[in-house]
Amino acid sequence: MDFPLLAFSVFSTIAILGSLLVIFKKNPVSSAFALVLVFFAFAGLYALLGAHLVAALQILVYAGAIMVLFVFVIMLLNQDEPVHDLEATGVIYRVVSALTVTALGAILVRAVLASKSMTPSGALTDEKIASLGGNMKAISEQLFTDRVFHFELTSFLLLGAIVATVTLAKRKSRGEEGEV
Amino acid sequence: MSSIETTLMFVKIAIVLMGLLLTVPIMLFVERRGSALMQNRLGPNRMGPFGLFQAACDVVKFIFKEDRAPGHVNRFYYTIAPWIAVIPAFMTFAVIPFAGSLQMDGFEAKFLIANLDVGVLYCFSIASLGVYGIIMAGWASNNKYSLLGSLRSSAQMISYELTLGLSIVGLMMVFQSVNLGEIAAAQGETLIQLGPIAVPKWGVFIQPLGFVLFLVSMFAETNRLPFDLPEGESELIAGYHLEYGSMRFALFMMAEFVNMAVASGLITTLFFGGWQLLPGMGFLATQVEQLGILPAGGWVQVLFQGLSFVMKVAFFMWFFVWVRWTLPRFRFDQLMNLGWKVLFPLGLVNVLVTGLLIYKGVL
Repeated sequence: MDFPLLAFSVFSTIAILGSLLVIFKKNPVSSAFALVLVFFAFAGLYALLGAHLVAALQILVYAGAIMVLFVFVIMLLNQDEPVHDLEATGVIYRVVSALTVTALGAILVRAVLASKSMTPSGALTDEKIASLGGNMKAISEQLFTDRVFHFELTSFLLLGAIVATVTLAKRKSRGEEGEV
Repeated sequence: MSSIETTLMFVKIAIVLMGLLLTVPIMLFVERRGSALMQNRLGPNRMGPFGLFQAACDVVKFIFKEDRAPGHVNRFYYTIAPWIAVIPAFMTFAVIPFAGSLQMDGFEAKFLIANLDVGVLYCFSIASLGVYGIIMAGWASNNKYSLLGSLRSSAQMISYELTLGLSIVGLMMVFQSVNLGEIAAAQGETLIQLGPIAVPKWGVFIQPLGFVLFLVSMFAETNRLPFDLPEGESELIAGYHLEYGSMRFALFMMAEFVNMAVASGLITTLFFGGWQLLPGMGFLATQVEQLGILPAGGWVQVLFQGLSFVMKVAFFMWFFVWVRWTLPRFRFDQLMNLGWKVLFPLGLVNVLVTGLLIYKGVL
């Protein structure tokens, strides 16, 4: 067995097992830690595809920042009891989730079967990326020239989220003061 | 890959691992005797000359102490937490160059373990995983002081990671790279010539504000005083590692010292020319080369570059200890205010000003 295949098997096994743990662990903190493992395994898969920048950002942003926030919030709530009791969910809820999961699975399987080769397709081939001076430069170049409009739109999205959060937080504290 | 390249690879890994492991006892000694020096005490001076063997005694004590886990902990996470803290700390050093490059027969030997395209981003991403060791330890200990410690740690890490990333954006813009090897090599150029003294193009001279921001965030990221709130012994007893003893506690301590070494290595590489020779080293190197004791072909240069790197790193390790015993601890709200209301906006200003200077052609 050659090294990429071995690494792929290891990372994908970790990702699948980790995802199962995320769902089946009763304790929310354990689920969150399992999700970190999944993100780490994903980063390994991205690195295997040669997308080192995406791999680094996957760990830096998702595993290193977002999940720390998740864990922080879960610990702050100090939820000792499991939030969701699987036995207590209604029939409609179960049917809808089963249908959604099946549909999503079907789409993914179809996408994999439809792809003609196992190598990544698109304008940016490995040679093209190398000629542009590596992943980092290729992505930055695209981001700040052709895609600058989309890039700026994303920042508006984030700005909207920040304004919404501040508004919600401020309104609540003012209401509390009013009651006093 | 030729066999000599493979051998060199293993040699480099061995050098880095040994170096990092060696920093732990050395820093134990320096921290104890250094703090004693600053507080006008003697410190542990009984074992060996100047108390040099105290660290060895400590290691023996850690190994032979009973490894006892309290009954109220979550066993699985309690056991793996110290390892999760210590392994990323060691992994981070892989992209930091400790000497320049050398033309060998057929290939160019680079003195860093992994010459990654993403360079410093790899450092940050792996280092950001280390916080899970602290969070896990505090949570699994099932103790309110430990939990408070890990809560503080997660909030602190998130707040200062932003500034950390932002503070080097200016540097990346100037050097047009995130690869630490390239950044270190680019700092060999001369910035300005002041009479006989050539001021090198070190990061600290072109990005002074970036350097200060990076330094402060690094102190917060390594949980060292004045930002050691996750431990805060006067408030939280020992914070996240309160329930740990013997080797497990030693692993946390090891993680802290290795993180300090990595932080010093990053500061050196990004802002102080990395392996670039210190003033006077070039003269010494030529003298040694003329003696002809060592094999020719640039090995003397590499040796002196490594020496320069180690000396710079050692200075910043000392700097960490120096600050620890000089400044008092921040209060938590002060920590958050400093991170979000002072350092973060300053980081943005730094990026903007650097961009303008590059546009005007000054940098």
